Amino acid sequence: MMLNSSELMQIIPFLVLGTGIVISLLIEMYSSKSDAILPWLTIALLIYVAVHSINEVGSNDLLFGGMLAVGGKSSIFNFLFAVGGALVSLGAIDYIKKYGANFGEFYVLVQSSILGMMFMSGARDILVVFLGLELMSICFYVLVGINRKKINANEASMKYFLLGAFATGFIVYGVALVFGTAQTMRIGEILVNFSSLSGNILFMTGFILLIVGFAFKIAAFPFHMWVPDVYTGSSTAVTGLMSTGGKAAAFSVLLVLLGAVFTQEIENTFMPLFAGLAVLSMLYGSIVAIAQNNLKRMLAYSSISHAGYMLIGLAAGNLESVTGIMFYLVIYVFMNIGAFGIIAIIEGPNDDRVDLNSYAGLHQKNPVLALFMALFMLALAGLPPLAGFFGKYYVFIAAIESDLTWLAIVGVFSSVISVYFYLRVIVYMYFKESEVDFNVNISPTGLMTVVICGLLLIVYGLFPGSLLGLIASVVN
Amino acid sequence: MENSQLLSYLLLIPIVGSLLILFFKEEQANLIKYFGFGVSVVIFIVSMIVYFGFDSTTSDFQFKHQILWIENLNISYFVGIDGISLLLVVLTTFITPLTLVSSWSSIKKNIKMFTFFMLLLEAGMIGVFISLDLFLFYIFWEAMLIPMYFIIGVWGGERRIYASIKFFIYTMFGSLLMLVAIIWLAIYASEPLGRFTTNLLELYTVGPDIPHKIQIWMFFAFLLSFSIKVPLFPFHTWLPDAHVQAPTAGSVILAAVLLKMGTYGIIRFCLPLFPQSAVEFAPAISVLAVIGIIYGALVAMVQKDMKKLVAYSSVSHLGFVVLGIFAMTTESLQGAVIQMVNHGLSTGALFLLVGIIYERTHNREIAYYGGIAKLVPWFAFALLFSSLSSIGLPGLNGFIGEFLILLGSFQSTVLDSWWFVIFAATGVIFAAVYMLWMYERVVFGKVTNVKLEDELSDLNLREKLVLLPIFVFIVWIGVYPSTFLSLTEVSTNGILEFVSTHTINLIK
Repeated sequence: MMLNSSELMQIIPFLVLGTGIVISLLIEMYSSKSDAILPWLTIALLIYVAVHSINEVGSNDLLFGGMLAVGGKSSIFNFLFAVGGALVSLGAIDYIKKYGANFGEFYVLVQSSILGMMFMSGARDILVVFLGLELMSICFYVLVGINRKKINANEASMKYFLLGAFATGFIVYGVALVFGTAQTMRIGEILVNFSSLSGNILFMTGFILLIVGFAFKIAAFPFHMWVPDVYTGSSTAVTGLMSTGGKAAAFSVLLVLLGAVFTQEIENTFMPLFAGLAVLSMLYGSIVAIAQNNLKRMLAYSSISHAGYMLIGLAAGNLESVTGIMFYLVIYVFMNIGAFGIIAIIEGPNDDRVDLNSYAGLHQKNPVLALFMALFMLALAGLPPLAGFFGKYYVFIAAIESDLTWLAIVGVFSSVISVYFYLRVIVYMYFKESEVDFNVNISPTGLMTVVICGLLLIVYGLFPGSLLGLIASVVN
Repeated sequence: MENSQLLSYLLLIPIVGSLLILFFKEEQANLIKYFGFGVSVVIFIVSMIVYFGFDSTTSDFQFKHQILWIENLNISYFVGIDGISLLLVVLTTFITPLTLVSSWSSIKKNIKMFTFFMLLLEAGMIGVFISLDLFLFYIFWEAMLIPMYFIIGVWGGERRIYASIKFFIYTMFGSLLMLVAIIWLAIYASEPLGRFTTNLLELYTVGPDIPHKIQIWMFFAFLLSFSIKVPLFPFHTWLPDAHVQAPTAGSVILAAVLLKMGTYGIIRFCLPLFPQSAVEFAPAISVLAVIGIIYGALVAMVQKDMKKLVAYSSVSHLGFVVLGIFAMTTESLQGAVIQMVNHGLSTGALFLLVGIIYERTHNREIAYYGGIAKLVPWFAFALLFSSLSSIGLPGLNGFIGEFLILLGSFQSTVLDSWWFVIFAATGVIFAAVYMLWMYERVVFGKVTNVKLEDELSDLNLREKLVLLPIFVFIVWIGVYPSTFLSLTEVSTNGILEFVSTHTINLIK
């Protein structure tokens, strides 16, 4: 395999981010002003990656002998990761000071995890998938426990690591079986021979093990056990990144692995599996979230149920579902990072003020924060005309097109249940009087994250056409 | 139509107005009040321009305005009106300024937010009535929940949180099933039409040809959503809670306009999109409607709370409307449409009056009052007038609607039975019983409660000015209904003709 300059030109975002990581490390070590430089360097790097990716959407190339794809779908995903990372970094600037984790490594790890995600979405070779996955996951393990003085964070980090390692075990075992039977690591080649291979029980076992491994990462029931504890225990900024970027990266791999299903070249034999996972995740997430008083925990369960809605798309297995899932994921980034951004602002230094009671009467204390929180909750609940609605709408279209109307109806039931707990937040903010007395110190950068997310939700809700069109053009 | 953008102004003005309110300061309460009122009056004037430009000799949609919105899904921003929607739009723009003025003294906290949500709500309601794209309709239908949720939740009574969440979840449940049906219908229609579309006018051509088995499911998904909103028995349980807990302005809007969205939906979507199912199930649904008429009246009779009484009377009155729709004769459908307006006026006025007296005494118990005729003669007169209108006294509006509905149902070939009319007519009698009995206990006799003498004061000028326009229309419709009937005649006939051509073999 020869490296040539044109291929290098096409992976410039990877190179820039990789170089950026090294430079960031050096700055962290040698500069006394790393505090002020690193966050903005991170944001600049990620914005560059985002802009570059969106410019490269039109191209569609396989590089390095078919190991890595650039352009097309992976560009959209890279855009999503980079924007998510940038928003999280922006929101984290003041937050990690308050949280006691103001280490330069934070930003380095965020950058590295995003690089890992980019490898995952671009990978067309199972080994590269694995590399990307591990790069992302290991960064997350550290990020979750970045304040080593907090017991909660340590516990969460340990849990995440153990269960993550468990999931990796599934994936590795699956890779071994798939490689053993298909004799290749190239996803494209595997998919071409999928119909002949699918008779092989070992191959199918391996493939299902792969799916199970990624089901862990997208937080689908019954592989969700780590989600509530890890989301609650880790710092809010990291939760924001994990719940959006991490989920999207795992979905990007699933979309590639099942690529031939979506183009209807092969039959969607996994439909019952995904439909089952979808139903269980949606209902479990929505029902259990009702009982939560800790907002981070509530959003953790909501994240499980959102994974369920996206899984409807996988069960439907047509091109609409790819568009739907990708649109949903992009919007989910804004909804969730926005919501976690507000939690990060309200949160006290000792993990306190994350329960619903702290939000009582927020409308009087700070109308702007309350307004945006209401916006995020309504968007997560899927109310038009906010952008969250269109994700669900598209996924439901995909389901009904594949004659899975019943699945869409289950999704509807779950949405109705979930409305209850999203509205509860609004009830506390607007309909109740404040019980806990505290002053909200609004960090300007944190507020900026929230405002950007909120405005994008409104804009993409009123004019979803541009983004939908872009994604649909890439998918087809 | 040359003035095609006029309807879009009806949507834009309240939205822009509500956004402008955000720039006011909370302290400028009076300014906000006048500004909100001014905006709603401007909207009313625009709707009057639409009214005078409307051609009531055609059943086609007018003032159409279409812009491609989401290219991928072929969804357009597509609005237009016919006689039925025009009447309801005018009802909305007429009621909203009155409710805004009526709450000038009762809403004390967060006036800025209140006016903001009221205007947003008005935009949502108008949007529902003028949308000609199912998707757009759905968006307004859902989006309108949010301001109403806040209005009940922030300014409501003691159990406002329970009531607001119940209202929200109930409605959302129905409407999400409708969303599934909308998608299903659009996907189904994409084969004969050659593309995925939610354009109502195009779907009208496909709906009647959907195989019976599928059509029934779609019909019921739509109907469920609308029945919850109407509310048709047995989906009415959210209504008393929401009505009683909502502030006066919320109750008035809820009764006058929001409930009409359900019946409007049935006329606009259920009948023409799924005519065969509508005809097939008309008797069954009419049974529910009649049960609603009698049940609502009986429950209203035993209420101790005035507001609850009016709320249950809504269930009864809306039963008449549904019966009129599913009887599917010219008279009954005309009657249903005019009764939608009537109910908006008379029940709106009743809620206003209950609100006015509650504001003074903070008590809605019927037993608390007695003999107030001497204390507040103007109020007693207004209450009598609205009650009589609600009962359906000849010469006032309620009579026209109920009479037409009963007459039409009597001749209906779809229902093909007298029993509906016989039972429904008892509802009229019950209405007289609960209304007049309540009136007697509250207004006549001796002043039983000495506290009332201090607490009560008669209607002030503002309150009289709010009620006056409503009363004018109550008499107008009662005496000379053709002004309004002629507006809707061609449109209702158009719908009925459309239904009957597709169900010719179903009706003997």
